[in-house]
Amino acid sequence: MTRLHSDDVLYAPRRLMTRDGAALPDGTILSRDEAQNLVERIRKMSKADGIDVQVGGGYSANVRFADNQMSTAGAVTDFQVGIQSWFGPKHAVVVTNETSEEALRAAVDKSERLARLAPDDPEAMPLLGPQAYQPVEAWFPSVADMDAGERARIALTALEPTRTSGDLAAAGFLVTNAQATALGNSKGMFAYHRGTNVNYTLTVRTQDGSGSGWAGAEHNDAAQLDFRAVSQRAIEKARLSRNPVAVEPGRYTVILEPQAVGDLCQLIGGYTDARATDEGRSPFVKAGGGTRIGEKIVDSRITLYADPFDPMVRTQPFDGDGLPLGRQVFIENGVLKTLYYSRFWARKKGVAPTGAPTSFLMSGGGASVEDMIRDTERGILVTRLWYLREVDPRTILYTGLTRDGTFLIENGKISKSIKNFRFNDSPLFLLNNVEAIGRPVRLAGTEAGGAVVVPPIKARDFNFTSLSDAV
Amino acid sequence: MPIDGPAVRSHASDEMDASVKDLLLESLNAAKLAGASFADARIGRYLQNFVFTREKQIINVVDTDSIGIGVRALVDGTWGFGASRSLSKDGVVAAAREAVAIAKANRVARDRAVELAPAPVYPSATWKSAYEIDPWSIPVEQKADLLIQANSEGMKAANVKFVFSGFFFRKMERNYANTDGSVISQTIVQSALQQQFTAVSSDFTDFQNRGNTLPPVARGWEWVLQQNLLENSRKWGEEASEKLKAKPVEVGRYDLVLHPSHLWLTIHESVAHPTELDRAMGYEANYAGTSFVAPPDRFLGKFRYGSELMNVVGDRSQVGALATVGYDDEGVAPDEFTIIRNGIVNDYQTTREQATWLRWWYDREKRPTRSHGCSYADSWSSVQFQRMPNVSLQPGAKDLTWEDLIAATDKGIALVGDASFSIDQQRYNAQFSGQMAYEIKSGKIVGLLKDVAYQIRTPDFWGSMDMIGGKRSYEVWGSFFDGKGQPGQVNAVSHGSVPARFRNVNVINTGRKA
Repeated sequence: MTRLHSDDVLYAPRRLMTRDGAALPDGTILSRDEAQNLVERIRKMSKADGIDVQVGGGYSANVRFADNQMSTAGAVTDFQVGIQSWFGPKHAVVVTNETSEEALRAAVDKSERLARLAPDDPEAMPLLGPQAYQPVEAWFPSVADMDAGERARIALTALEPTRTSGDLAAAGFLVTNAQATALGNSKGMFAYHRGTNVNYTLTVRTQDGSGSGWAGAEHNDAAQLDFRAVSQRAIEKARLSRNPVAVEPGRYTVILEPQAVGDLCQLIGGYTDARATDEGRSPFVKAGGGTRIGEKIVDSRITLYADPFDPMVRTQPFDGDGLPLGRQVFIENGVLKTLYYSRFWARKKGVAPTGAPTSFLMSGGGASVEDMIRDTERGILVTRLWYLREVDPRTILYTGLTRDGTFLIENGKISKSIKNFRFNDSPLFLLNNVEAIGRPVRLAGTEAGGAVVVPPIKARDFNFTSLSDAV
Repeated sequence: MPIDGPAVRSHASDEMDASVKDLLLESLNAAKLAGASFADARIGRYLQNFVFTREKQIINVVDTDSIGIGVRALVDGTWGFGASRSLSKDGVVAAAREAVAIAKANRVARDRAVELAPAPVYPSATWKSAYEIDPWSIPVEQKADLLIQANSEGMKAANVKFVFSGFFFRKMERNYANTDGSVISQTIVQSALQQQFTAVSSDFTDFQNRGNTLPPVARGWEWVLQQNLLENSRKWGEEASEKLKAKPVEVGRYDLVLHPSHLWLTIHESVAHPTELDRAMGYEANYAGTSFVAPPDRFLGKFRYGSELMNVVGDRSQVGALATVGYDDEGVAPDEFTIIRNGIVNDYQTTREQATWLRWWYDREKRPTRSHGCSYADSWSSVQFQRMPNVSLQPGAKDLTWEDLIAATDKGIALVGDASFSIDQQRYNAQFSGQMAYEIKSGKIVGLLKDVAYQIRTPDFWGSMDMIGGKRSYEVWGSFFDGKGQPGQVNAVSHGSVPARFRNVNVINTGRKA
């Protein structure tokens, strides 16, 4: 079934949308038993042939600051119930955040009314029966119990040094999420996951407008993050990036910090649909038809996979359909191993469905960014990428810009801060031009959102097409 | 799990439901008692309806409904915000107290106190957007049938094998009250159609898409009926098919003739975002970015943004436009204001807090220091902040049309429809491509091009605008999903535009194989 989150429908990065929540103080993060009881209650209201239910709630709190000043701060408690009713091949979804008996009954009735009226879906799949899930321990009191005072004190790790510096301005955002989600249906499938997450990002700009530095971090457990170190990193980068000089656009050897690698490479995930490939509209189409599964498509040092159990991500171990997720390798040693197979397409093709991954990981080597700089005669160091937009879906060619710290490397050292570039390039081209791969780290989210772990990468011939005056 | 008391529903009728008003006033009272110097509260009901199809079949039907309260409180010049779906007396009081508690906790990190520009009080105001047929009154099978028929029309074209289409409808019942005494109730309906026609070459070496076919609007189902959808879908399908045969563009400099269906997005990115005052002042530095139009004292009344032909207006009053409202999300009735006058920067988009930052300019210009009414929150659960009004390029004095601009161009490219778009965090360097790119030679369209993108530096680009259409050629387009803020919020906004010509613009070819 289509995932029930209305946020998915909006194509918005779900991580940043903090809609699911029920007040922590009331104990309304559903426990497994509470979630199961609620799903069961809704199931009993159903008069349809079948019903899918998704329930989720949580508490999200944030503090935001800019220009060395607090701007907005808030907390949201919400809860969402998604109901999909089925009559043969007809189905429809209703989502509500009201949980009174009356409101739930109204939502069930409405989904039945809409489903009866909907045209037949020839691709409708039978509901999943009971599945076995391996739980992921992702709940940490260090996040769930963080209060407004602590959030303000974390903001001060940036605001105190930038205010006293006299030449820096800080803009940052700290957000905590504590959520529980459950799926269930009338054939006995039931899945439950709860987790916490804290995300901190900071941009420090020099008051003269000539420098900007960024740093960020994210984890399920706040105790694993050193907020002061993140703040310090952004401050150092801002200072180092002052007074950039123009370097001619063109093809360059680049060292992309992990954030920049994630910004670009995570986009591959959006093009791995086996169906689109079989239909002839994906970068993984073989000339003449068929997929490139089994072909070497990138450098043999590259392995891309998803793994909800990886201690660096700890994400939901099931997808929106309720399919259990395990470690799944999409590219292994440069060879395309599989694409994403929905339940329908998998049945049509006679293969097992892969489930929709909830994480994106790239394996790496042992080198640090500093090692890579030392080994580079001439190249460009990129902190992060910005405003990435598809230019050509046939090759995953994207355009975007460098941002918040771009430097020239000469003779193994950062020699100067340089102006930002616009690039037109593809993660597939990048991963074919690899010179070195470093140690993977968990990112503070990319433009596409999500739980992403990638290494820094040094690559040749990265295509910068114009200069930007933006700092 | 705890169950809330009887759900309170806001009404689509003009008058605010008495129980909703009681809850709003209850929460404001709680915020005051807890120590707020100012507070406002919003109880909103946000409905969405989506119908998705592909080719000859339904994908899904989704109907969402979200209701709750968001309370914003100012304590010693510091903001706090609390939101809850619990619409009982206890629930709204708890949200108000949480807003105040957060504001108090943040005082340790306060630098300067927030000051609000004065705003008139509306003790009992109502407003309704311009829709005739409520999309929720149309049965789902009727919506699905129309989409599937349109898909079939598009698939009549050679090589068009796939079509995605979807209707998106939003209905917002927004109830607002503040401690100044305003009590405002509004109902807004918005509609959008997304379509993508895909042509695949028979040897599987190429595929081309035609999408972004119609602008989203603040209208109801009557708008859908006016679009001549079947005939137009056939045309859009044929355009996807023709793109397979288009000639790759030669890189170089061209005069560009840009249609309103394309230029709206260039206006959005390169004019509307950089003149948001919060961006200019660094408030979005950590995410959406800052602005090259900063600091304001170096730009207002001085900076040449574009040619003399460039006049850009902000408003929230164009009928059927997406940012149009009676009152913004802090109770201000928006005004119409000129952002760029004859090519020179004249004003920024503001809220009550931000208007005070430009008092020096408004005093000098003998204008009142008032908010332009650009406060917006995308849900009851989101805090309101500055969002874009409708920002539109005004028609020129001469009665020129799209055809006139093409006829006057010797060597150029005409772009229709928006496609890829990307711009830096200060809004200097941008790259855009279109749905359809036509080669112009000696005043005539001579064929179709592919892999076309143009790169600009914002003031140079707008400075090169040397011809624009007149009133007759004005069209309103827009975005249903514009993102800004942390946590991210989605806004819908329209941009009116006339066709315009830009000289000597850098065009690249984006068709790479390795």
